[in-house]
Parts: sequence; structure tokens; C-alpha cells
Amino acid sequence: MHTAAAAIEVTDLTVAYHDTPVLWDVDVRVPHGVLMAIVGPNGAGKTTLIKAILGLVRPAAGQTLIAGLPYAQQRQLVGYVPQRGSVDWDFPTSVLDVVMMGRYGRLGWFRRPGSRERELALAALETVQLQQYANRQISQLSGGQQQRVFLARALVQDAQVYFMDEPFAGVDAVTERAIIGVLQGLRAAGKTVVVVHHDLQTVPEYFDWVTLLNVRVIACGPVAEAFTDEHLRRAYGGRIAFLGGGPSAEVQDAGHAGAPR
Amino acid sequence: MSPHVEIQLIAVLVAAACALPGTFLVLRRTAMVSDAISHTMLFGIVISYFVVRDLASPWLMVGATLTGVLTVWLVELLTRTRRVHEDAAIGLVFPLLFSLAVIMISRFAGNVHLDNDAVLLGEIGFAPFDRLTLLGIELPRAMWVLGGILSANLLFIGVCYKELQLSTFDAGLAAALGFSPALLHYGLMTLVSLTAVGAFDAVGAILVIALMIGPPAAAYLLTDRLSHMIGLGVAIGSLSALAGYWLARLLDTTIAGAMATMVGVSFALVFVLAPQRGVIALLRRRARQRWIVAQQMLAAHLLQHEGTPAAADESRLSTLGEHLRWSPEFIGAVVHRAEEAGMLQREGDTLRLTERGRALAAAAMTR
Repeated sequence: MHTAAAAIEVTDLTVAYHDTPVLWDVDVRVPHGVLMAIVGPNGAGKTTLIKAILGLVRPAAGQTLIAGLPYAQQRQLVGYVPQRGSVDWDFPTSVLDVVMMGRYGRLGWFRRPGSRERELALAALETVQLQQYANRQISQLSGGQQQRVFLARALVQDAQVYFMDEPFAGVDAVTERAIIGVLQGLRAAGKTVVVVHHDLQTVPEYFDWVTLLNVRVIACGPVAEAFTDEHLRRAYGGRIAFLGGGPSAEVQDAGHAGAPR
Repeated sequence: MSPHVEIQLIAVLVAAACALPGTFLVLRRTAMVSDAISHTMLFGIVISYFVVRDLASPWLMVGATLTGVLTVWLVELLTRTRRVHEDAAIGLVFPLLFSLAVIMISRFAGNVHLDNDAVLLGEIGFAPFDRLTLLGIELPRAMWVLGGILSANLLFIGVCYKELQLSTFDAGLAAALGFSPALLHYGLMTLVSLTAVGAFDAVGAILVIALMIGPPAAAYLLTDRLSHMIGLGVAIGSLSALAGYWLARLLDTTIAGAMATMVGVSFALVFVLAPQRGVIALLRRRARQRWIVAQQMLAAHLLQHEGTPAAADESRLSTLGEHLRWSPEFIGAVVHRAEEAGMLQREGDTLRLTERGRALAAAAMTR
């Protein structure tokens, strides 16, 4: 799958909700096989960037490519984990059914999932250590378990490029460790993983690539080059406390004018 | 077939046809769309009537179905301006179209049989008189129409089950995977509209809403699998319809009204009695939880003071009430239950935690 083209290539992307730009002329180029964090204050357009790449919001200008081609032609290569809060967890379905949804893209219209999809889903549940929950109703899961179900659903997509919107939101430290372990396993297998992330403190530890975003791209590159005090100050507009060299996780989001994320 | 059997069969067909798309309306939290569509389609009927000038024409059904879809589209258009919320948009669009239809009927079609009472309650009792012969079989027209609509609903949901499930649960992923949620949405809304139109002829607008929403809402409380919810919705709807028919015969009253009432009664029964999510089950669970928490608090209290100088005073049954601020009766009951559960032992007036009680208290506190 390694072509000359970058895993993700975003050029001159502008997205506006009702004439208010939430992304301005964004250029991002992500090479294959990196684990990248997207960080930035609330309303910076992190979720919008992912949604624009996946064709879920229509850009006002610019284009996005996955491995050199528009997303519509590369759906099979892409896995997606939306925000946990974007779905109704009281929906009448089991954990296994939700994980199998990750296979629906490969199945295409009208074909029903069968025993192969079942096996893949069970294997993915084992990877995220939820195999004993396969037949649970999804409303009985904790937040961390819900997040891992979503991760398992993305794993069965068997993609080359993954987009994950806040996979660490509302999970405890143990679950966070388990999730990052799975993500690093994906990178080791040559996949590209893009994660909307909030905890600045863990960026250097978890990720090798980072994009700092605040409506415009402040920096995009290897963590060592892009994740600097200067760039952070520009991304967070000086509302950031620096404690002992590294940037602190105590970012005060001063209620950035609320464009939907 | 006697007319009585025919009426009951029609009632079951209506109930089953309504419960199928109704399940997805309930899950998508767009239940009130059925309310809107079941009224605005009158606008479509009137407009189509003015075009074809024939009340028996199938074009009236086509026009009514399209008006239903138009309603959904207008509501979405209004909502997307972000000037009104969806519920308000429904409240704006549907009375407008409905009242336009009422004005047109009273102004231009006063001599035609299109009256407003029939719109709201229909008259399933007359359905057997309007007969239609197809393939050499003579049946009430409503039976043909509703059988066709039920088949269309079964076909659509059967073929697109996986797509409907995904786009209802997670529209974002559905779109990302290339299943157009908008296409599925309008497919579903077309069926809702078609079903409302077909059912409305037999049972009127109110019963359409009752049968689309009530049985799936009851089924939702009984299961946690989508496929079971669909099946249970159909079953509850059909049984309510039959029960309504017999209630109407017993009381010699409107059949549609009695059927809608029985839908309400079925929901109320399920709401109270459902094994997991019913009110009784909920109260039982809360009561059990209350005792468990009380036992944990007691054990935690004893554990905290174990081995401290105040232990003797804090663990005495007679003074426990002062420390925990619990009534003597409540303390007696909690101690009794904790003893039975093997959490503590009584030695005269003093309570001592067992190994098991210590472990449970520690576990409860670290959680």
C-alpha cells in the first residue's frame, strides 16, 4: 500500500459553517506509518478537519486525498472512530453487532454479515479485551468500554489510515494505556493513525507526529520539530501555562467562539 | 369471510404495517413526524383530487404520499436555517398544510364526500363494503391496499436491515462507509408516508400515529435487540388492534377509537410490568440497591473504626443509631441482613466484621 503519495494530503482546505470559517486554508501532509495527534483549543476545527477528510462536511475550498486519491475512491482504506457521544448508547443492539458494523463498508449494500464477520468482530473484541462482553447490551458498558467497542469496530475495518475523534475522552488511565497500546500496534503494522487529542502532556509520550490547529494550521510535523513552546503559544493564544520546560496539560479554554466541533 | 373477520384482518394488517417503519421513527427520535405526515397528506389528497376529479383514483394515494415526503423536506429545510428547532418546525409546517387542505375542502369541495371526521378517525367498520377483485379473488379494497403496503415495508426493511440499523445508530459512520444516510432517511420517510396514507383510509390519522409509535415504544422496553424490537412491535400492535376491535363491539363504540385506546393500555401495561425496564422492576431494583448500600455503609463504618480506641463505642448496636443517624428499626433490619449475608457477627451488643465483610467494605470504599 506504500505509494509515492502521502497517507493523507490536505491542500488549501477551507470549511465554513454558515459563512463562518472554522478551517482556513489548511495544508496537512501526513506520511505513511505515523501516529499523529491533532491538538488545539476548543473550536479549533479538529473534528471538522477529520469530517472534511471523510467527506462528512463539504469544504468551501481545497481538497483532501487519501493515498493520492479522493476519499470516495478510498473508503476501504479508511477506518473511523467518531466521538463516543455522537451515538445513542441506548440503541437496542449488542456489543458484537456494533463491532460488526465496521465490516459493513466491505460488505457493501444489501449483503448481510455472516460467520466471517462474526469471527473478525470477536477477534477485535479480544484485542481490546472485551471478548466476554460480546453479547452485552451496549447501554450496560462504562465509558471506557464504549470507547474500546468503537476501537474494535475500527479494527475490523482493516484499514490503512485511521481517524479517531477523542478516543481518550472520559476513559480512566488504565483504559487509556490499553487504547494507546492498540494504536501503537497499528503503527507498528505500518498503518497511519490520526487522533484528536486533548492532553498536551502525553503528546510526546504517545505520538511521533503532531498537528497544531487553531482554525489555521500552526504546525505539522514530527513531534520534536512541531511541538514547541512557540507553536503551542500561537495555537492556544498565550492561554497556556508552562511548567518546567514542557507544556502543561492545564490548558484554559477561554470559551472560544462556539463553532460546532 | 364474514365482515367481522375481514375487519379484524384489516386491523392486524394496519397494525403490522405501521409498527415496521414506526420502530425506526421511535429509535431516530422523530416520532412526531408520523403526526405531521398523517395530517398533511390530506393536502396531497385534495390537490390530487382537484387534478383528477375522482375520489377513487389511485393518484390520490400518490399525491398524499408525496405530500408526506414534502412535509419531511420542508421541516428539514426550516430546521437547517437554524432559526427554529425541529419540533417547532413540525408544529409550523403541518398545521399550515392541514388547514390549507381543510379550507380547500370546505370552500371548493363541499359537495364531495371528503369530511374532516373521517380524516381523524376513519371508519374501519365500513371497509368490508368497498370491495376489489384482483387475480380472481374478491376482498375488501383496504385489505389489498394494506397487504401491499405491509409487503413493501417488509421488503424494504428486510433488504436494507443492516443499512437502516447502521444509519439509525451511527449516521456518521454510515456516511463515511458510503451508505447514504439521506437516501435511507427519505426511503424510510416515503414508507412512513405511504403507510400513513394507506392506514388513514381505514382507521384515520389518530390511529396511524398510535399504531406507529405506541407498539414500538412498548417493544423498546421489552428487548435490547433491534430485530426483536421490530417483531415485538408488530405483535403488540396486532394484539392491541384485535383487543380494540372486541372492546368496540362490547361497548358498541368507534372501532378506531377503541383500537387507539388499547394501544395506550398495552403500552401502560408494558411500562409497569416489563421485566427489566418496567416501573415495578425499577422500584424493586432500587429497594434492593438501598439495602445493599446500607449494608456497605455499615460494614465500612465498622472497618474504619476497627482497631481504634473508639472501636468499642462505634461498634455497639445500642449506640450505632447515634453515630449513623439511622432509626433503630432500620439499623435492626440492616444488621439482620448483613448477618445473613455473612458480613458480620454479633457478640452480645458488639458487632464484628467477618473476613468477608471486611473484604466487601474495602471493595465498596475503593470503588
